[in-house]
Amino acid sequence: MAPVVIVGSGMAAYSLAREFRKHDKETALLIVTADDGSAYSKPMLSNALAKQKTAQALVTATAEQMGLQLDAEIHTFARVTAIDGEEHTLNIGTEMIRYSKLVLALGAEPFRPPIEGDADSVLSVNDLADYDRFRQMIEGKKRIAILGGGLIGCEFANDLSSAGYQVSVIDRNPQPLGQLLPERIGQELQSALNKLGVDWHGQDTVNQVNHNGEGFELILQSGNKISADVVLSAIGLRSRSQLAANAGLAVNRGIVVDSYLQSSIKDIYALGDCAEVKGAVLPFVMPLMIGARALAKTLAGAPTAVEYPAMPVALKTPVYPISVLPPAPSVEGEWQIEQTDDAIKALFVDAAGQLRGFALSGSAGKQAAVMAKSVKL
Amino acid sequence: MKKWQCIVCGFIYDEAEGLPAEGIAPGTRWEDIPDDWSCPDCGVAKEDFEMVEA
Repeated sequence: MAPVVIVGSGMAAYSLAREFRKHDKETALLIVTADDGSAYSKPMLSNALAKQKTAQALVTATAEQMGLQLDAEIHTFARVTAIDGEEHTLNIGTEMIRYSKLVLALGAEPFRPPIEGDADSVLSVNDLADYDRFRQMIEGKKRIAILGGGLIGCEFANDLSSAGYQVSVIDRNPQPLGQLLPERIGQELQSALNKLGVDWHGQDTVNQVNHNGEGFELILQSGNKISADVVLSAIGLRSRSQLAANAGLAVNRGIVVDSYLQSSIKDIYALGDCAEVKGAVLPFVMPLMIGARALAKTLAGAPTAVEYPAMPVALKTPVYPISVLPPAPSVEGEWQIEQTDDAIKALFVDAAGQLRGFALSGSAGKQAAVMAKSVKL
Repeated sequence: MKKWQCIVCGFIYDEAEGLPAEGIAPGTRWEDIPDDWSCPDCGVAKEDFEMVEA
């Protein structure tokens, strides 16, 4: 029989492979990846500088070691160029590979902001190779401008500041994680980052990035100017779905899959940041772990639907850690804020008094996993 | 007493503190935590933790 083929070698791909092997030790497994196949934890990329970790130090296993661990064949530096769902084949250039089931775990790519001037100099850190390049770029430099003050932008701001850099953040919202956090906690996070030395430019965007001597000058919408040696973009990710679209799979904001993570074409599945599961793209670790467990069973012959519990997201800003479970956009209600010395508990409660979401900072963060169980989704 | 760190998200389980909010009493040793337990921050399985220096 043709192998189960997984495309990608990020957390989704390797987590799925690991879970699959718990249920099926016989079926041949082939992993095809465009990069070198090193296993690493992507969430660590925005937390590794202050700990002085090199890209190499973040590698938990090489492709070769993963292949042995998973009893899988791994093709590295191999980019899938086409998929034929009818024939159950995929192409890597001219090489053709047959699959029994195919899983797309392609991840997401950084959204490129529309910027005038030298937009190509704007970096993003979306994988280990990017991280390695970024570390080299900031070596001996001082001032770093970060575009976007969302989750990743704030984690990088904290990490870079702690590592001794002068950081400016430009964000269209008035305070950090404006889409996710109640104002009160966002302000506290901003002031904590501020104390660390982070210069926050809220309600503003970058219009131009121009070379200026060794570094750059950023011209903002407001007319303000910022000088920086390195410019990092953290304004968000877009699912990688072009390969799927070319193959005729239904694609919306991500590759459209049902609750079994099956795409619009039989025997082709999608998992992780590239997938839109029941209408939602959830680019976090917890949904992909839960998805990997269910899909592993499905691939091993026991069809299992994904059921997501309430999934809080931890913001790894050591200067002010936060756990947040944002209420669904359609839910109406209000934030109720309780403040103690070292913590803020913000509870999003609907008209019926039901807990629909929360944001917990400081020592309250430890209650997130338990509190999530009492949230009505 | 030891500390264990999630290799994915960096969450630290400190045996001395336990996780009282989850019903894991202070002093609970790693090996006594059920195998189906998962990281409260990111959901990875117990097997994806490693020991860290306290």
